[in-house]
Amino acid sequence: MAEPAAASSLSLKRTPLHALHVSLGGKIVPFAGYEMPVQYAPGVLKEHLHTRAAAGLFDVSHMGQVALVPKSGKVTDAAAALERLVPQDIIGIAPGRQRYAQFTNADGGILDDLMVANFGEHLVLVVNAACKDADIELLRNGLSDVCEVQPLADRALLALQGPRAAAVLAKFCADADSMRFMDAGPRMIDGLACYVSRSGYTGEDGYEISVPADKAEQLAEALLSDKDVLPIGLGARDSLRLEAGLCLYGHDIDTTTTPVEAALEWSVQKLRRSGGARAAGFPGADRILAQFDSGAARRRVGLKPEGRAPVREGAVLFATADATDPIGKVTSGGFGPTLNAPVAMGYVPTALAALDTRLFADVRGQRLPLRVAAMPFVPNTYKR
Amino acid sequence: MTTLYTSDHEWLSIDGDTATIGITDYAQAQLGDVVFVELPQVGRSLKKAEAAAVVESVKAASDVYAPITGEVVEVNQAIVDEPALVNTDASGKAWFFKLKVADKGELGGLMDEAAYKAHTA
Repeated sequence: MAEPAAASSLSLKRTPLHALHVSLGGKIVPFAGYEMPVQYAPGVLKEHLHTRAAAGLFDVSHMGQVALVPKSGKVTDAAAALERLVPQDIIGIAPGRQRYAQFTNADGGILDDLMVANFGEHLVLVVNAACKDADIELLRNGLSDVCEVQPLADRALLALQGPRAAAVLAKFCADADSMRFMDAGPRMIDGLACYVSRSGYTGEDGYEISVPADKAEQLAEALLSDKDVLPIGLGARDSLRLEAGLCLYGHDIDTTTTPVEAALEWSVQKLRRSGGARAAGFPGADRILAQFDSGAARRRVGLKPEGRAPVREGAVLFATADATDPIGKVTSGGFGPTLNAPVAMGYVPTALAALDTRLFADVRGQRLPLRVAAMPFVPNTYKR
Repeated sequence: MTTLYTSDHEWLSIDGDTATIGITDYAQAQLGDVVFVELPQVGRSLKKAEAAAVVESVKAASDVYAPITGEVVEVNQAIVDEPALVNTDASGKAWFFKLKVADKGELGGLMDEAAYKAHTA
């Protein structure tokens, strides 16, 4: 049996929770330039199912947190400036609310996806670990006439996810349960000055909690003291987000995919589309708005293999069992523990993107049948 | 019955001219939860070190190699039906396939239990 190649740990960064991961028995692997726990003793399957049944605590401190502070003191100035870089309605994010967005490039491709929260006097962004340096440069180059771009490097980020998350956090934060999905802002948790959003990336109800780095271990241990909460590694985080139909940057979306091709139209408000009050004005608007108006040639879809074999990232898709020309590729795929079945997503020509269309994936030289399926594969449980 | 090991974490046990092959307990622990197994066709001729079967965990797929040359004479449907058996009984009920040994001389290149223990220590 072939063993996965061990990657060098040289020059890898550690999060403020590294020592805790090790003491909890986490299996540490390199991920996006960090040493991160891929799983703990129970393993990916049980960690995944525990998160869906109770609550899981994830260290996502490798992700970037950035404050955009308007020089004028008016948060709408920072929001208007950020609209130069993303196709979303940022001015319309009410104080105390958060929204999903993408940085786009001149071709309409996606440079990164991110969360944008309005904290009342400034914006707080959460961006992907592998992109954060480039994102900060993009923000500084694009917005420094209007905003101070302040990386919040001294903060850790925890995600508490699952049906018990609200009850657990309510023990440490009086108004945690009164927050609705995508509410965001400063909150005191266990006496610590945190930033909390009711969001996450598992499809479950839950929270992301930004905490001062030197208090991260204290907060993690407090949350883990609840019997409903287990530490969960990146392995289960990936299978959870795949079941939730959520994109992983660098896999399901990248600089070659537009928000329309990626089936992220819902994230672009009408006001930024053709005919809207603030239409265009973001990188790649010509291409992206043309795709809104006339459709894109390809589309990200959910895929359900008919058999038991997982169909993984990179598998080539065909329209028929004996076709020679590929029609697309799987961008994420694996086994969905909640469904007890394989699930995948990938890009196909729009003509073949209709629900239930039967396609074939090449897996080790065999053509395995799969069907275009609705996402999320597992219904989300957000508290709207 | 003698059990021998490869550096790629397959075990094989020899009974006459039949070799039963599986993956080691060390290997299943490295893989994590096994969710899918693909076995070779009965009658297939395998060369030593050829990819013979596939074992998939939640996260990744790994090949299982033929430790020696031979013809596949039987496969274990039980692990296809219940892949988790590989995690619970890797060196017992969760064998993968049986080969009719073509050249017993190839067995000389494999490790005994003590050598394998040292290899994985």
